Amino acid sequence: MTSPATPTQPTAGRRLSVWLHARPRVQLGVLLAGPWIWMVVVYLGSLAILLLNAFWDQDAFSGQVIPFTWTLDAFKTIFTVDVYRTIAFRTISVAVLVTLTDIALGFPIAYYMARVASPRRRRLLVVAVLMPLWASYLVKIYAWRAILQGNGLVDSILAPLGVEGPGLTEVAGSWLVLSYLWLPYMILPIYAGLERIPNSLLEASSDLGARSWRTFRRVVLPLALPAVVAGSIFTFSLSLGDYITPALVSNTKFIGNVIYDNSTLGSLPIAAAYSLLPIVIMVVYLLIARRFGAFASL
Amino acid sequence: MTESPLVRVALRVFSGGVLVFLYLPLVVLAVYAFNPSRTLAWPPTGFTLNWFTQAAANPRIIEAFWNSILAGVGATAVALILGTLAALAVQRFEFFGRETISFIVILPIALPGVVTGVALSTTFQTVGIDFGLATIIIGHATFCVVIAYNNVIARLRRLPRSPEEASADLGADSFTTFRRITLPGMRTALLSGALLAFALSFDEVIVTNFTAGPGTETIPLWILGAIQRPNELPVVNVVALVLILLSVLPVYLAQRISEEAGAVTR
Repeated sequence: MTSPATPTQPTAGRRLSVWLHARPRVQLGVLLAGPWIWMVVVYLGSLAILLLNAFWDQDAFSGQVIPFTWTLDAFKTIFTVDVYRTIAFRTISVAVLVTLTDIALGFPIAYYMARVASPRRRRLLVVAVLMPLWASYLVKIYAWRAILQGNGLVDSILAPLGVEGPGLTEVAGSWLVLSYLWLPYMILPIYAGLERIPNSLLEASSDLGARSWRTFRRVVLPLALPAVVAGSIFTFSLSLGDYITPALVSNTKFIGNVIYDNSTLGSLPIAAAYSLLPIVIMVVYLLIARRFGAFASL
Repeated sequence: MTESPLVRVALRVFSGGVLVFLYLPLVVLAVYAFNPSRTLAWPPTGFTLNWFTQAAANPRIIEAFWNSILAGVGATAVALILGTLAALAVQRFEFFGRETISFIVILPIALPGVVTGVALSTTFQTVGIDFGLATIIIGHATFCVVIAYNNVIARLRRLPRSPEEASADLGADSFTTFRRITLPGMRTALLSGALLAFALSFDEVIVTNFTAGPGTETIPLWILGAIQRPNELPVVNVVALVLILLSVLPVYLAQRISEEAGAVTR
């Protein structure tokens, strides 16, 4: 049993509450202090330090960054040395291919889920698409390593045909596995987008004489486009920044590998300068995506 | 619009094919977990439970598992507190820079993980912070804040203010009102946010690889190392199967939470 508080002797909490009530700015300050310190000081601060490192010079012998000695050497290197351009081009191409592949695989199943399947089967399918999404990222990459490697499942299927599988050294391996990894991120937004299209619009289209294909092309596709673009933000961005998949299934370097390798062993300024590339690409991508109305479908 | 029967059949077959594509690798791994052979050659050579006992007795796996749990709990706690505070500030107050908050919290997941990773690791190196569990938690919490924030702010928008006003009218101070009225209203939003944040943290490797340093291993980091050591592959298979089975848990829990949330707000 707690004794009832007497009104003449308010508790410290109550006094504080009364004090705060009259001072909304202080309340706001208390609420925002933590998030502000974490997201602005720590996170944006880190991005700023990364940016600074791109312009800082290195000790010629140790490779240690010397803060506040300014140079554009890192940018000169990434713009003039061919391999950085090749890797950027390769990464962007694979990210685009992965996105197109996931649209091609994801749209039909999302369409089936949203507009053809019975409600019961639809619920099952949503769960069936969600489950691989929650399964461990590395486990999925590892599964493909097992399947693709020499004497693995792919080779054992192809061997009787006299064909050899891609193994673990081809860029195609990255394309395949990245498409696999991010497919659910494409299916779910498209499904949600298609499900939102009111049936009345489709009926109106067919009442006005449009056949199925024409209705699909003129009504369904334009309305589903923002959802497709929303899904593509995930597939494109996640492919663009991945450095573990390329290393594990195709033995090729992506943008992320250059950043990772240089940040741990090589030149920190080069890692910093090169990491501006995915940032710039994603900002441009997001600006374009916003014009398509994709943010409402996220 | 009604699709022709041919189109419907084609869509059904295609969807079945996509599901096979999604599940085949997981099934293959499940089969390998019981394979007596030390290599990943197909087909498996027999059936054994030997690798399960070996995995359970491996001290590195157990330590990595605990590190993953600790990192997940730490990052989830930080993310829930920061996300809730930011959501309350944005939802309940008018202030300069209010619109930018949601932009800043979403940035760590909108930018590729490699950028967050290299930014944090560069900063830790520049400032001179030792790598370890704490730096892992800092990295994870940074991209988990948005999950808590989005969940809580969506809930706060739908929660009516009248019970809070009634509570104040009845003489409760604002802490009591928060504890007895606002917090229970946000309960399911916090739960589902916590679930997603923990799952993301538990699985994260792209940023963790930058922020862990050499001495601390989480389960994904252990897997990343072990799959490149051929004699550990059989044990990796077992850990992989366990992780696949564990991923059923969040799907089930998320379903339960959303049912409860639907019952509360409807």
